[in-house]
Amino acid sequence: MSAPAQPAPAPAPQAPPPVETMTVKVNGKTVQVPKTHPDWQGKPQPATMLQAARCAGVDIPHYCYHDKLPVAGNCRMCLVEFGTPMMDPATRKPVLNEDGSPKIAKSVLPYEPGTPRGAIACATPISPGMEIYADSKATLQMREAVLESLLINHPLDCPICDQAGECKLQEYSVQHGQAGSRFVEAKVHKPKAVDLGPRIVLDDERCVLCTRCIRFSKDIAGDDALGIVNRGSYNTISAFETGKFDNNYTLNTVDLCPVGALTSKDFRFKMRVWFLKESKSVCTSCGTGCNITIGSREGVVHCYEPRENDAVNGPWMCDSGRLNYKWIGRADRLREVLVRGTRSTWSAALQDLTVRLSKAPAGSVAVVASSRQTTEELYLLKKLAARTGATTDSVAREGEADRLLVAADRNPNSNGARLTGISFTEAGIRIPEIAAAIEAGTVKTLVVFGEDVTKHGIPAATLAKLETLFVSDILPNATTALATHLLPGAAHAEKRGTFVNVKGRLQKFMKAVEAPGDARPEWEFLHELVHGVTGQNGYSTIEGLFNQMAREVPAFAGLEWAKIGDTGVDVKI
Amino acid sequence: MPEQFKLITKHIDELGYTPDIACYLRHGGYAGLKKALATPVRELAEGKKLSPQEVVREDVKASGLRGRGGAGFSAGLKWSFVDRRSGKPIYLICNADESEPGTFKDRQIIHKDPHQLVEGMIISCWANDVKLAYIYIRGEMPEGARLLNQALKEARENGFLGKNILGTGFDLEIHVHRGAGAYICGEETGLIESLEGKRAYPRIKPPYFPAVLGLYMCPTIVNNVETLCHVTHIVNMGAAEYAKLGTPNNTGTRIVSLSGDVMRPGYYEIQVGKVTLGELIHDANFGGGLRPGRTLKAIIPGGSSSKVLKAGEVFKLNRKGADGQMAKVDVPLLDLPYDFDSLQQAGTMSGSSAVIVLDDSRSMVETLGNLSEFYAHESCGQCTPCREGALWLAKATHRLAHGEGRKADADYLSHIAQNIQGRTICAFGEAASWPVLSFVKKFRDEFEAKGAADEAARAQGAGPVHGVKMAASPNHH
Amino acid sequence: MSFTVPSHLESELDEITTHYPVKRSASLMFLHALQEHFGYVSKDAVEWTARKLGLQPINVYELVTFYPMFRQEPLGKTHVKVCRTLSCALQGSGELRERFCSKLGLDPHAHAPQTTPDGKFTVEFVECLASCGTAPVVLVNEELHHKVSSADADAILQKGKAA
Ligand SMILES: Cc1cc2nc3c(=O)[nH]c(=O)nc-3n(C[C@H](O)[C@H](O)[C@H](O)COP(=O)(O)O)c2cc1C
Ligand code: SF4
Ligand code: SF4
Ligand code: SF4
Ligand code: FES
Ligand code: FES
Repeated sequence: MSAPAQPAPAPAPQAPPPVETMTVKVNGKTVQVPKTHPDWQGKPQPATMLQAARCAGVDIPHYCYHDKLPVAGNCRMCLVEFGTPMMDPATRKPVLNEDGSPKIAKSVLPYEPGTPRGAIACATPISPGMEIYADSKATLQMREAVLESLLINHPLDCPICDQAGECKLQEYSVQHGQAGSRFVEAKVHKPKAVDLGPRIVLDDERCVLCTRCIRFSKDIAGDDALGIVNRGSYNTISAFETGKFDNNYTLNTVDLCPVGALTSKDFRFKMRVWFLKESKSVCTSCGTGCNITIGSREGVVHCYEPRENDAVNGPWMCDSGRLNYKWIGRADRLREVLVRGTRSTWSAALQDLTVRLSKAPAGSVAVVASSRQTTEELYLLKKLAARTGATTDSVAREGEADRLLVAADRNPNSNGARLTGISFTEAGIRIPEIAAAIEAGTVKTLVVFGEDVTKHGIPAATLAKLETLFVSDILPNATTALATHLLPGAAHAEKRGTFVNVKGRLQKFMKAVEAPGDARPEWEFLHELVHGVTGQNGYSTIEGLFNQMAREVPAFAGLEWAKIGDTGVDVKI
Repeated sequence: MPEQFKLITKHIDELGYTPDIACYLRHGGYAGLKKALATPVRELAEGKKLSPQEVVREDVKASGLRGRGGAGFSAGLKWSFVDRRSGKPIYLICNADESEPGTFKDRQIIHKDPHQLVEGMIISCWANDVKLAYIYIRGEMPEGARLLNQALKEARENGFLGKNILGTGFDLEIHVHRGAGAYICGEETGLIESLEGKRAYPRIKPPYFPAVLGLYMCPTIVNNVETLCHVTHIVNMGAAEYAKLGTPNNTGTRIVSLSGDVMRPGYYEIQVGKVTLGELIHDANFGGGLRPGRTLKAIIPGGSSSKVLKAGEVFKLNRKGADGQMAKVDVPLLDLPYDFDSLQQAGTMSGSSAVIVLDDSRSMVETLGNLSEFYAHESCGQCTPCREGALWLAKATHRLAHGEGRKADADYLSHIAQNIQGRTICAFGEAASWPVLSFVKKFRDEFEAKGAADEAARAQGAGPVHGVKMAASPNHH
Repeated sequence: MSFTVPSHLESELDEITTHYPVKRSASLMFLHALQEHFGYVSKDAVEWTARKLGLQPINVYELVTFYPMFRQEPLGKTHVKVCRTLSCALQGSGELRERFCSKLGLDPHAHAPQTTPDGKFTVEFVECLASCGTAPVVLVNEELHHKVSSADADAILQKGKAA
């Protein structure tokens, strides 16, 4: 018996330490399960039945358990029947079946040996040889009983519930439900439409008391604001004072809530979730670059939701980032190409700019870019600047960092600007120099992308001295008003590209919607402009452009667009 | 005729016996503590040595003492599970929450002989290297809390408590902590949460076994009031002598709380297993029989959570025959020795040793209704099956007891209860479902007849049929 | 009206706080003391306790609503707690409670605690008071009454009215 010849594996750069495993059976299938798994804080802990089942590709239904929250064990949805190898009490050796396999003792109630005793998969550690019966008759019965209990006091108004389609109660009861509850008693009534905070509404009758929201607020967001009041069946999720649940992470509780109890005021009853198109993107409101999913429909962005990325944001995002999408659909978005205030065409404007930039004497051009632009755009701008010997910089945008996600750097791509050579150790340090050069008349052409420079050290009076003020932006401002050439750009949701976050994570994002009017992704027209001005051929696809950049910018050496996963890669910053 | 055996209750209710330390000392109090502190190192056969503390721990194990709080778990074994290598402090908590319906024995010790508890605690703390201990007393015993505080103060003043106890270098503080009316605080992990200043939500086990991750996530011993009192007597008598009390594997004495339909309700201390249920109910030394003209209907033998026993039942018990062989023997209800093992073999438990007697005038439906209201009110509401199921049971039994029953309710109730037991975070799930399961199983006729009568009355267009009125639940929220 | 805790009470509570390695543990003792002093646990008392123990108000409010002994409204001067549970019920505690209520003009069937308009009495049902051998029992303020007969009940009312 010879195994097919395998090519000797190339020695891995750092061989990961061998993972110690334990053998268990899940639904009859033998699996090797790593002995430890990271807990919610990433600390290794003994593997649980739930994790073992996952290793076997079996998903055990659960409500209260969440990978990134402390274990509560309260919903009992994950109860499973199980067995362990039988031991001979005298010899302490396993008892074997006739075929030599170990005999399994199913766990039973000590006081009623005929009845299986389940264990909660989310908190019960596995032991060698354990057998987990995740879909046995007894397991299904336990699960159905928990569902039945959860439903007896539930309003059962799925047709008007915001969560419908995403609700774990609805989903599991469709899978396991029984025809009609046997419950014939009066339901317990609880508060409905509680104004929990500025962004959150709570329907206590829908709540299954899994405490995910409480644990998130206390243990993740550090705001011990939610609790349970009353007792027993009257237990009710509550804040001390209504309306005061207002930390910057409250909307994560809406994502966490397995049912439709917590809803976002911003999104309440606005749209059935299954109508939304989902696009993978990255939040642009600070340098953390939380991974998000953009929900859009018919060209309109309706919501951002966090997309799990353990290297960046885990499963969370902040409320201010999440709600900062409405500008994308603003009515005053720039949609026309304007040359000296008159509507023009892309080809005419780009042609004119090509000529001007080509002819501009060395040192007469300066570039103020934005760290809200994509790395590819910054790279192209840098090329343009190099051709014209232009001084470049970007605008710094600082705020206060918090303890969870929000970075002090409120630009999403400061590192992109630095690595492409647009800005330097301290962003914005050259802007006074540029302003002085305009005043002195040395700089006659200023290229501004995505920033209102009148607010960042180049006053309108100075701008008025320029021969050419080439501006690209998304929304109107004092700088766009003074532009000689105004090119309407695209929001990140309207294009593809990459950002490099504060920790050096390079992440790509996808297009969700079309840019309005004549607006175009900046990298597209910059590519044309660079081609025109430098005569160098470039790539007209984002893949090609990125790969070209990766070949030229040392920090990105070896990267390829197609190989950057959905959660990004680390680059040296 | 069997009699009481007064070990713990020796002086309780004695004329002139007062709860102050002078009285306790006059009656030989704190001799056990002095003896314990003077325990010599014990040399074992293989050259091993037991430290004085280990000696006392071993003796408690050897005495066979089982917990008097409800589960009947070996006290010595429990102490042996304590994680002594964690480097964290070890805590001891006296469970004085006494709230299992039917139980009123700890109350007697606390109110009438508090120093007996304090002494037992000090010895237990010393034996387990505990420097800080608490007495968790139920909120409705304010007088008990005052008496305990007074006793602790006196003990401190007499050098039995505080720094450098009796010059041995051993430091210990004990504080009284008051509960506030929640039955679930009697469950040891609920108690720990409550003592931490939280809602008394029992913890999941694994991983939060008190012996390892208890109070403040430190190793913790939780023992009942009566259990801790026995420790002093074990030290005083010696483990072997103590183990002669009671019966094998059911050693020592127990205070039985007897209530319900007997002529002489009260607490009676017996040698475990030396008195039968029948004697407890009928003997003049104990219950003194039923009310005139009444016959026995049922016994709730170990607190309201234990499974009910029906008059006339006969149980198969394992007994050692004359030939020394174990054999199954038929034992009628009234001949059941009152001990841990016999009641367990009879399918129930001695629990908190509270015996509630029901005579033939009682409706089992209404009795269950009363108990189910209790569990619905006391469920902490943390885990789904109990939170929803306990109230469901109460609503259903209430409906059945108040004339809105259905014949199918017997099965309905059993099914609801089956879905609670064994599936919850704590044993409250069993406590709430066992009465239902056992009442319906053993008195099915009565439940079905009540449901059928209600159905018939409804069919006739009559209003609900009300039985004898029994109190309905308070509903605070 | 501003909420002030007298300094002797505050120092008493400060001393109690030292009984615990973690301040939060003192919560129940605080609430008992504040309820004893003010007659009930007000929102201010919750906030004060939270401040003193370094907690969020919801942490304390969770307790007030969980533990039945804590009340959020002022109680009657004489607080009558009739045991509802089995052993007492068997000895007529239901009738006893009805007697208290009807004599005081309270609803004899309402479940929740009720206070007379003159603020003299609060009557409620409570669960087993651990004195089942002397059923039916009634806890009047801090004093436990055993084997309470109708006559005893009337005496309790008489005394309360005079108080
Ligand atoms: C619902 C419930 C209520 C309990 N109530 C009490 C109680 O009031 N007093 C008590 O000592 N033990 C009570 N127990 C048992 C305790 O959890 C624990 O087992 C006991 O205090 C241990 O002490 P022991 O070993 O000395 O008996 C209760 C258990 C449960 C599940
Ligand atoms: S509101 Fe939602 S997340 Fe919070 S406890 Fe209820 S069901 Fe769970
Ligand atoms: S932390 Fe920063 S990147 Fe993340 S959601 Fe908030 S603003 Fe966006
Ligand atoms: S079984 Fe009942 S009392 Fe115990 S944790 Fe669950 S809900 Fe609470
Ligand atoms: S998922 Fe809720 S108990 Fe396991
Ligand atoms: S039942 Fe009333 S005191 Fe126990």
